[in-house]
Amino acid sequence: MKQGMAIFALAMLAGAGAASAADLKPAVVFDMGGKFDKSFNEGVYNGVEKFRQETGIKYREFEVKNPTQREQAVRKMAERGSDPVLGVGFAQAPAIEAVAKDFPDTRFTIIDMVVDLPNVQSVVFKEHEGSFLVGVLAAAASKTAKVGFVGGMDIPLIRRFACGYEQGVKHVDADADVYVNMTGTTPAAWNDPTKGSELARSQFDRGADVVFAAAGGTGIGVYQAAKDNGKYAIGVDSNQNHLHPGTMLTSMLKRVDVAAYNTFSGARDGKWQPGIQVLGLAEGGVDWALDEHNASLITPEMKARVESAKQDIIAGRIAVHDYMADNECSY
Amino acid sequence: MANPGGQLPAWADIVMLPLINVAMAFIVSGIIIAAIGQNPFEAVRIMILGAFSYDGALGYTLYYTTNFVFTGLAVAVAFHAGLFNIGGEGQAYIGGLGVGLAALALDGSLPFILLLPVTIAAAALFGAGWAFIPGYLQAKRGSHIVITTIMFNFIAAALMVYLMTQVLIRPGQMSPESRVLAEHAWLPFMHEALGWFGIAAARSPLNLSLLWALACCVLVWLLIWHTRLGHEIRTVGSNQTAAVYAGIRPDRTIIVAMCISGGLAGFVGVNEILGVQHRLLLDFSAGYGFTGIAVALMGRNHPVGIVLASLLFGALYQGGAELAFENAAFTPDLIVVIQGLVVLFSGALGFMFRPYLERLFARPVPPALAEA
Repeated sequence: MKQGMAIFALAMLAGAGAASAADLKPAVVFDMGGKFDKSFNEGVYNGVEKFRQETGIKYREFEVKNPTQREQAVRKMAERGSDPVLGVGFAQAPAIEAVAKDFPDTRFTIIDMVVDLPNVQSVVFKEHEGSFLVGVLAAAASKTAKVGFVGGMDIPLIRRFACGYEQGVKHVDADADVYVNMTGTTPAAWNDPTKGSELARSQFDRGADVVFAAAGGTGIGVYQAAKDNGKYAIGVDSNQNHLHPGTMLTSMLKRVDVAAYNTFSGARDGKWQPGIQVLGLAEGGVDWALDEHNASLITPEMKARVESAKQDIIAGRIAVHDYMADNECSY
Repeated sequence: MANPGGQLPAWADIVMLPLINVAMAFIVSGIIIAAIGQNPFEAVRIMILGAFSYDGALGYTLYYTTNFVFTGLAVAVAFHAGLFNIGGEGQAYIGGLGVGLAALALDGSLPFILLLPVTIAAAALFGAGWAFIPGYLQAKRGSHIVITTIMFNFIAAALMVYLMTQVLIRPGQMSPESRVLAEHAWLPFMHEALGWFGIAAARSPLNLSLLWALACCVLVWLLIWHTRLGHEIRTVGSNQTAAVYAGIRPDRTIIVAMCISGGLAGFVGVNEILGVQHRLLLDFSAGYGFTGIAVALMGRNHPVGIVLASLLFGALYQGGAELAFENAAFTPDLIVVIQGLVVLFSGALGFMFRPYLERLFARPVPPALAEA
């Protein structure tokens, strides 16, 4: 009976949104990491799933397995009348650009890259600002003045994380050492916890006592190594504080889930706008995570320090250098 | 009972056995699909329609086929010399680098008709160069080709990432990609080429490199079975001692065979860079080199078999993508399982049914005759 009531209530809710729900046929094309990569793609998946659960509107999805499938998938979505079509990751930009030109009446959104067309919305993040904040926390928590960074695949985007982190560390302690290691050079580097754990341990051996992983699934191994060695780790993209309470100092949040959710719900409510959305600290697109799992690790001084850095960045008093502006980490 | 000669009619060996293997793979796949609560017959229907019948589907299938023909031939040539070249992936990657570098350097100055042979040569040269080192190490130092070629796949990936993030990246953007090649340098798409003759075809990534792949099949057939070098390669492959006795230098033959193998794998770059992507980027080799091993095994290292096996794998790739597209229950991982089963049954277990088949063909002989 209870179940019956629940279904009835759901039906009522669905009925209320029926007019728009019937029209909206959203679609998402995940990139090569796959939708369960514990990180970037999964963030998008969480966002669109939240949308589906709240509205009952189903979405089409596809996970590409080679570069040629990107355009194939985006085009098929458009041909099938999907709208809006969400492309996940910078690598899909050429595909979105080609298809968006052929389907001017379909709305496209791309995350992590800019495509300049009248029917494309581009959502990019200022990862360097969020990384700066966790760098501040890392330096403040470190007793050895040595901190580590473990990246996934060695690409400009991950160097942007590393560069922002380094600046945050040096902001607190100009003499601190930052060890930067990349896991690998193939997409396998996004999912290699064993190697992540080895890299983290080698950094601990060199004296580091805080490590920040921007490496997708590889980060799991980094966090485990930190826990085993009694060091601190910093999570990425999603709030990963809950993985190892007491070890996870904080997480650098990159709210792709919010971006994905907003794309679909914006399209439903008629608020979707083409153009570029740059989501930094000021817009809440990136941030540091504080919750019950790491509250005991963050002292009031640390919190004050990182919050003041945050305000300074938002107000423009601190300019965090963006690696991708000149492909160099010079600041 | 002693194996009576192990004789199997040739047609049963090269046609029936592979068909049984593929059928077994599909039966097991069907059981798995049924186990996750989906209709296997519906899945087969979508896969076949998706590989051959939907708009542009055949084009996609043949586009994958093109890659597999190149990598399958590469594995086969090395195999005839007794070498297991696992490095097709890296050789294809570096071959694509050769195409990209040649096209990026010359697309401003050369017309297409001159650029095409230069880029094809660059693909062969780079792929061959990448296979030369493992070949040399095998021939002169005895370093096992399987180990070194696998290592060279990783070195290729590392080199590409370095080049794409540090050197060749188009500045001021995030994606590790080069600039787009000038449009006249692009290899025409098949739907464009057919359009010149007034034949309408759906848009797909299939391009004229398919013709080059088929030409390579003929060239490899001529090379292996109708030239002195091919004879040397086969002799070294079957018995090195006998080869030396016959006046053949195995070290030289091994190096040459590896270079030809690498060059063939490098042609994947022509299809991918010049034909489809039109710029240098990461990961365009996408496992085609590894699938080439299965293709060569299944095609019995013969160009005709390789074309057929490539077509099967092309259809699996494209049909599998359509299946994942149509029904979210068919995750890409399930598609990999199906492809893996085909590889398992036609590669690893390729001869499992052979004894049964032999017995089947041995049976019609009347006992009286067998006694005599």
